[in-house]
Amino acid sequence: MRKAAALDETDRRLINALQGDFPLVPEPYRQVGEVLGLSEDEVLRRLDSLLEHRVLTRFGPMFQIERAGGAFVLAAMRVPEDEFDRVAGQVNAFPEVAHNYRREHSLNMWFVLATATPQGIAETIVAIEAATGYPVFAFPKEREYFVEMKLRA
Amino acid sequence: MPEAKPEPVLDATDRRLMVATQAGLPRVSRPYEWLAGELDIGADEVLRRLQRMLDSGVIRRIGAVPNHYAIGYTANGMSVWDVDDARIDELGVRVGALEFVTHCYRRPRRLPDWPYNLFAMVHSQDRAEVSARVAEIATLLGNACRTHDILYSTAILKKTGLRIAG
Repeated sequence: MRKAAALDETDRRLINALQGDFPLVPEPYRQVGEVLGLSEDEVLRRLDSLLEHRVLTRFGPMFQIERAGGAFVLAAMRVPEDEFDRVAGQVNAFPEVAHNYRREHSLNMWFVLATATPQGIAETIVAIEAATGYPVFAFPKEREYFVEMKLRA
Repeated sequence: MPEAKPEPVLDATDRRLMVATQAGLPRVSRPYEWLAGELDIGADEVLRRLQRMLDSGVIRRIGAVPNHYAIGYTANGMSVWDVDDARIDELGVRVGALEFVTHCYRRPRRLPDWPYNLFAMVHSQDRAEVSARVAEIATLLGNACRTHDILYSTAILKKTGLRIAG
């Protein structure tokens, strides 16, 4: 498990500010900087560094793929320990796999599939089962009660 | 959550804008103007299209996605619950409203392997805190919940965000 990165107070304020709604104005970084008392250059420099060090995994529009005709599904597999690395490599090689977590459970690999069309999900599941030799359990969302990845830095 | 938002209509230019920004927003002084140059449209059209996608829910928000480990949330528990079907929607909304729950969904059971139909993600500084928070959820669900579990993550195997196309 990776250790928490060394962030200074300004980094934390910037991360918290950037999780809100980024302004749709000609010079948005300058506007964010004004709120925080930072120059535009400082905002851009710190943002680059946070992305480079993977403190931020992404900065930009977060698409809700279902609203654009695509599909997004949580899936899990039960993989024997001695096969885990091989299967993780095979699963991660699929571009449709957006993220993948190891979890402590008999279902020990949990990943999210994102495809341009709903039928792409079923096709990808078949392909992953064929590549790995293990069944994939799909857990499509039936209802969303809350989604907000905001975490105070 | 049912949304009263209009069904989004995306044209080819919207899709090109999505592809152009799926790796992220350019980190330059005038990012929307930069995108406008790439797409050969006006900067104000880029702003208008992004605003329309925000309004229709195609874009959830524009901003940063932190690696929760890197900002100190080293314990991440996916709590899963077997909740009475007659009460899950009413209770799911209340679980989702808890400030420490970052995602909350109803999903199908996979019997006999998987009896759980409510998923609530809990992020915290350590496992003790996650389990204390999961106990709060258990109290809230009361006798509507038959059984539950917490699946702690022990490694991020991949995290690239989603790709639309291109």
